[in-house]
Amino acid sequence: MSQRTMVEALNLALHQAMEHDDRVVLLGEDVAKTGGVFRVTAGLLDRFGEERVVDTPLAEAGIIGSAIGMAVYGLLPVVEIQFDVFVYPGFEQIVTHAARYAWRTKGEVPASLVIRIPFGGGVRAPELHSDSPEALFVHVPGLKVVCPTTPNDARDMMLAAIEDPDPVIFMEPKRIYRAGREEVSDELPFALGNGDGRYNEVLSKARVAREGDDLAIITYGPTVPLTIQAAERLAQERGVQARVVDLRSLYPLDVDAIVEAASTCGRALVVHEAPRTAGLGAEVSALIHERAILDLEAPVIRVTGYDVPFPQFANEDDYLPSVDRITAGANKVLDF
Amino acid sequence: MSEILRIIGDGKEIPDAGVPDGLSDKDLVEMYRWLVLLRTFDERAVALQRQGRIGTYALYWGEEATQAGALYACAATDWVFPSYRQNSIGILRGVPAATVLAWWRGFGGVHGFWNPREHRVAPICVPIATHLPHAVGLAWAAKIKHESTASLTWFGDGATSEGDFHEAMNFAAVMKTATVFFCVNNQWAISTPIHKQMATATIAEKGAAYAIPAIRVDGFDPLACWKATKEALERGRAGDGPSLVEAYCYRLKAHGTADDPRLYRDESEAGRWMHLEPVGRMAGFLKRLGIMTAEEEESIRAEAKESIAAAVKEMESIEQPGREILFEHVYASGRPWTFDEGLAELEGVERPPEVKPLGPPTGAGAGEEGKTQ
Repeated sequence: MSQRTMVEALNLALHQAMEHDDRVVLLGEDVAKTGGVFRVTAGLLDRFGEERVVDTPLAEAGIIGSAIGMAVYGLLPVVEIQFDVFVYPGFEQIVTHAARYAWRTKGEVPASLVIRIPFGGGVRAPELHSDSPEALFVHVPGLKVVCPTTPNDARDMMLAAIEDPDPVIFMEPKRIYRAGREEVSDELPFALGNGDGRYNEVLSKARVAREGDDLAIITYGPTVPLTIQAAERLAQERGVQARVVDLRSLYPLDVDAIVEAASTCGRALVVHEAPRTAGLGAEVSALIHERAILDLEAPVIRVTGYDVPFPQFANEDDYLPSVDRITAGANKVLDF
Repeated sequence: MSEILRIIGDGKEIPDAGVPDGLSDKDLVEMYRWLVLLRTFDERAVALQRQGRIGTYALYWGEEATQAGALYACAATDWVFPSYRQNSIGILRGVPAATVLAWWRGFGGVHGFWNPREHRVAPICVPIATHLPHAVGLAWAAKIKHESTASLTWFGDGATSEGDFHEAMNFAAVMKTATVFFCVNNQWAISTPIHKQMATATIAEKGAAYAIPAIRVDGFDPLACWKATKEALERGRAGDGPSLVEAYCYRLKAHGTADDPRLYRDESEAGRWMHLEPVGRMAGFLKRLGIMTAEEEESIRAEAKESIAAAVKEMESIEQPGREILFEHVYASGRPWTFDEGLAELEGVERPPEVKPLGPPTGAGAGEEGKTQ
């Protein structure tokens, strides 16, 4: 056992996956020699060699497109996109090809690859380094989209994503990359490669990050720790116990966990960093209204980023959902 | 760079060169058979579209040499990545012609798609140039696995304007993948002529930017296409990386059945290239060499006609796919819950028994390409 950050937990997962299966290869800009700008892939070049850990030319369509070709030939590529915004040149490859390869081959040749995207704000990054593009991918049939929040989830979900035959967009909240440590075991969390489909379980279930029965707050990734803080404040200030649901899987959504939380609490709030319109919050809200309206005491409210370009960092705190904004949103639902 | 490799003459002013090493008489006749099969498929598909029996179709009439010649140079284990212009290339690798026709008929699922691993033929790429990085990645993967598999991908002159062309060329060169970039320069991208597509005089010279050896060949000459591809594959397998082949030709017909070239070009220009078209030219060459008799030629044509006719029959015997195919094979890991909801919703909806193609257009160009039949 050792205390690990999310970066270290992801690094452990990549070591474990590459150790277990020599079809796993890593591609990306600066992933080999430097171990990635966030060091998620540190040490892998030394351990597995330059054929399997590759510093590529700087071209995201080329990287993702090559990875698709590799997957067709039976490798299991894990691609690192250096920063959220840099995925856009590769978007076409993801939408037209990666997402449709299974469909276009009678299910025989899915594009089995993982595309890792460090995303979101809060790290005082330069302009165009802080987007939250997850809803763009959620809207593309054929993709799975996931986002871990804890080091253990990051490790387990990375192993599952590599096992999963479908293309997985793996959103890594860079704000919590090193925000905290927890015990992450050196042992594998589940058996790899035995065909038991465990990856489906790991990649489709939400988790309750804080128990409570008065208000459901549904969120994921970078806003989970802030939401927990807001829940603590609500408990102190007005004795309200909020249940915080960490979605983990953005597609498919864990509809049962979402509806169960909303029904039990009768009031629900959705929180995310991405812009509001047609974001995950809209989907979660729609699911709750469609399935649990008779249990609701108030409409579902969203606390999100705004429908504006992500600002330069002097203004990013104005844009990002904060503990204050989440608490205010919660009060609005509670006082409806 | 502007020199063009040509082996087969036109029986008149252009003399024949010798048969390249490595091709027996049997190979030459087999290659002719391939050309005829492709031609027959294409002409039949255009006719089917005109009759309202398949949907819009992208034809390749006149480009058979770039397909059959290049494919004939490949090992059976090599992978090929076609664009829609090489839509039927799979039939030379065991993909049923009925499957390709079914795709144009608007059928998906098990009817319109195939397993690429079974034939080493990737799915037809519809967007432009986006399959090029796949060909690179595949050969790259083979290299990682220490296997000698090479990849070949076809694309048009217009595709060289796309970023994916440049990214793929650069990746292949840097990673030294055994990839053949086979550009069919037919000088037209729908209505856009080559001089509006690029400022370079040739496509081959673009290879220099990536340190990729390039060659220009007569794209109507199957043996020139074969020889250039063969040499490119040998370089690739020797570890010397990718090659670029520019097959210079002319788009003799429309871009597709919905296109009317009279709107943007002087069709007499196509007439000036017509005598170079590959099927008649290869037949003339084989007859001049005494390798194929008129009877053999006739029997090859008859056999192709029969085989495509059977494929048409097979395609037309396919029943309208059920609504459940919408939700099949989208995910290899299983069906997400939203699919069950979708299917349940559809079950209560009335549905027409058969969705037919819209049939031929009634505009100015209607019927033009159908005359090739």
